[in-house]
Amino acid sequence: MPSIVKPVATHPSLQRNDLGLTIRDYEGTMSTLCAGCGHDSVTAAITRALWEVATPPHMIAKLSGIGCSSKTPAYFVNGAHGLNSAHGRMPPIATGANAANRELIYIGISGDGDSLSIGLGHMCHAIRRNVRMIYVIENNGVYGLTKGQFSASADVGSKSKRGEPNRMAPIDSVMLGMSLGATFIARSFSGDKEQLVPILKAAASHRGFALIDVISPCVTFNDHDGSTKSYLYTRQHELKVTEADFVPPASEILAQIGQNGAVNVTMHDGSVVRFKGVPPNYDPTDRGKVMDYLEEHQGKGEVVTGLLYLNESIPDMHELNKTTGVALTKVPYTKLCPGAAALDRLQEDFR
Amino acid sequence: MRHRINDFALKLANVNGTGSASANGLLMQAIFRMGIPVSGKNLFPSNIQGLPTWYEIRVNKNGYTARSLDYDLMVAMNSQTYARDVAEVRAGGYLLYDSSWPLDPALLRADVHFLGVPFAQLCNDNFRDSRERILMKNIAYAGTLVAALQVDMEIVTALLEEKYAGKKKLSESNTRALRLGYDYARDHFDCPLPFHLAKMDANSDKILIDGNTAIALGCVYAGATVAAWYPITPSTSAMDAFKIFCEKYRKDPETGQNNYIIIQAEDELAAIGMVIGAGWSGARAFTSTAGPGISLMNELLGFAYYTEIPAVIIDVERVGPSTGMPTRTQQGDLLECAYASHGDTKHILLFPSNPAECFDFAPIAFDLAERFQTPVFLMSDLDIGMNDWVVPRLQWNDGYQPDRGRVLSLEEIEALPKFQRYTGEDENQVAARTLPGVHPKASYFVRGSGHNKFGGYTEIPDEYREVMDRLLKKHQAAAKFVPAPIIHRRPDAIFGVVTLGGCDLAVREALDLLAERGVIGDFMRVRGFPFDSAVESFLAEHDINFVIEQNRDAQLRSLLTLETNVPKDKLRSVLVYGGFPLSARHVVDGVLEELGLQVKPVFVAAGRPAGEIPMEE
Repeated sequence: MPSIVKPVATHPSLQRNDLGLTIRDYEGTMSTLCAGCGHDSVTAAITRALWEVATPPHMIAKLSGIGCSSKTPAYFVNGAHGLNSAHGRMPPIATGANAANRELIYIGISGDGDSLSIGLGHMCHAIRRNVRMIYVIENNGVYGLTKGQFSASADVGSKSKRGEPNRMAPIDSVMLGMSLGATFIARSFSGDKEQLVPILKAAASHRGFALIDVISPCVTFNDHDGSTKSYLYTRQHELKVTEADFVPPASEILAQIGQNGAVNVTMHDGSVVRFKGVPPNYDPTDRGKVMDYLEEHQGKGEVVTGLLYLNESIPDMHELNKTTGVALTKVPYTKLCPGAAALDRLQEDFR
Repeated sequence: MRHRINDFALKLANVNGTGSASANGLLMQAIFRMGIPVSGKNLFPSNIQGLPTWYEIRVNKNGYTARSLDYDLMVAMNSQTYARDVAEVRAGGYLLYDSSWPLDPALLRADVHFLGVPFAQLCNDNFRDSRERILMKNIAYAGTLVAALQVDMEIVTALLEEKYAGKKKLSESNTRALRLGYDYARDHFDCPLPFHLAKMDANSDKILIDGNTAIALGCVYAGATVAAWYPITPSTSAMDAFKIFCEKYRKDPETGQNNYIIIQAEDELAAIGMVIGAGWSGARAFTSTAGPGISLMNELLGFAYYTEIPAVIIDVERVGPSTGMPTRTQQGDLLECAYASHGDTKHILLFPSNPAECFDFAPIAFDLAERFQTPVFLMSDLDIGMNDWVVPRLQWNDGYQPDRGRVLSLEEIEALPKFQRYTGEDENQVAARTLPGVHPKASYFVRGSGHNKFGGYTEIPDEYREVMDRLLKKHQAAAKFVPAPIIHRRPDAIFGVVTLGGCDLAVREALDLLAERGVIGDFMRVRGFPFDSAVESFLAEHDINFVIEQNRDAQLRSLLTLETNVPKDKLRSVLVYGGFPLSARHVVDGVLEELGLQVKPVFVAAGRPAGEIPMEE
């Protein structure tokens, strides 16, 4: 519905964040997705999370590939630069942007077709490089814009709208991320903003690549009986393994950390992620235990959600490269060009 | 005895991976240091060990150092290719072989002098380690050539000392092997041969450098901070060199941190994506690749063109199509790069002819990419990129400031009522852009989908066309900014010759040879695309223009036909595309044949028919 424009006026009683901005300052243009699309709920969660962490809008860069999911960066944070790239190519473009300017918060929005088929290799390598970014896969198991083909995340036996079952094994982004050594892995559900918002806030503070797979049902092509990515199926099979609280740096709440067997992880920037309600055999910082748990429960058809795994000890791309602390775009040219005298000296080697 | 000084060619036939490259490079560098114009062409296989490899050295006091096809001396060290190598020696020429084993009489030629040196035997007698015995044979034949061609022994010794400084054992072995070959030649042959070297002073203002090293250095000087690439022959050494230079010049002396980042991508699709991401953010970013990489990059090259994001792509061309011949040279990517990607796209191309121009054109490529907010291709090739060339010393003007193009500053953004990405274009049809992280008012949404001049999504024909038409005019505007063609006119010229890139030396030599025979032509080397108006004028001036290039399909000729108003029948092709660098003889023969003049065998080195080899004291 592109003809509908959001009102410019803002209600004076709207809450303001630390920068004095209201949530309206983190909104984008009107969505043109189908009414009821899970992606719009994800957009709302992203909007809320970015407002809550109070990053200045222009210090955010939002990127995407191609697909329904990839349209959504237009629908949040108008004040951020956005880039809607080619199908599957968002990870390398985000990598290059981050390489040039490490000072921004990068958020990439992708889908299961974009990330698990055409751009699978790129996503894997962005994980390997530990590019510091929030990477959201809006996962609905189906190609929407081309009208209902199965994607690589479709479960075996899940039925298409025409009743045809998928017979090939799915690519599970969470298990893939675990095997690749991803340092932040979460799964959530578009219908559960309370779970998703703290995950997104924690991702914004993460030292590297934060992989967030969000089951986001497609109301038009994949919300019927027999689909394993429908609202109903997801609600019936969701197993929340962790509840994560994001605690900003130097907050009073630090005093409560460590109570009741909760797991606390201090992020690189000093903030804390507090995991509550963690099952006894689950430790979100222990890769082996997480994989065992996921194998066991996903094998039973359960959709395990929460911030599943977190490791703050792995350096990101810039740390690995020993890049200068400021954005490379800010390094003055005088520091980049060795000059004529150095060229003369160097050329003695070419004799 | 009459002698021919500083005017001959030799070819060395070796087995890949046996260490011949350092011996051949040593000879070439020694001749360079003797002040004599020289070229070395490495004709190598796509292989790590075992396949045949050749090295050609041409010495010419007049500066004609394009590839020669007339070999005065063959160093035949590879039994696999012996028959072919014997056949290539010029009548009256010499062949040096390893006489440790008897020579098959069927391979002898009555018109060639055979010089046998028992290299294997000498090395077996003098070295104990089996690997060393193989490696030192190369230095031994270099020693023989030092004697036979009168290479300055002091220079060769100095080079070995520089190379093996601090490696005493290696230095001793090399010196001993060199002496073995040298002494044997002095004891058994009349040294020097009738053609040989004598010191000159042509190289005091010159350097010896390959194009990939020069291009990498140019990128450092241009201020590139982000490089993304996927390893591919023959461009790999460009990124290797960039890394070495960055380690030398781009480490902050205080913090030890890097003022650059090099990312080895998972493929070329990602490499160009990273460059575009960095360009969008305002960094000078580039990738280096070859034809197969350009094929993969096509999708995002169209994205960068349509969304107007700067990017520099170094294409070190090799033989295609498909995998083709990765270690052989060609100019086969012209059309692919000129119109890379689906839909209506046109790009800016630069054509350096040698390593010095590679260095000079690198900052120009970045300037143009940022000024015109578009991908720019720096089109080198394997011959330029991987062979050592003698070129004038590189010059740098410390007054150079990068042309960042129209990028709005924070103050400019604050002063604007509203920012709209693709409006307010300047005389070159370029609209101002903004960078992420500066101001929320300057944000915009980059989209490869249809957009109007405000950057908004559109499917309305007029809005779409308005942007596309401006992009076309923007490309045309770049014609005035690419390096102008090099034109040499001669009185009474009856035709024009058009060429590009590494064909330069061979074509200019050929025109001199043709002129000696009364066949006079003007010369033009194009250096950029879109074509400067001088290109069109030159073509219009001549009834016949020969377009000389290294590909099968006459791609430069096609580009000239498409992008100028010259009638197609005024353009005739001379095409050499087997994978080895161009020689003047190819051009002379091709032009004479096209003109319907009888082709006589030409002794290219001196411009006289074979059999009349000029001699001098």
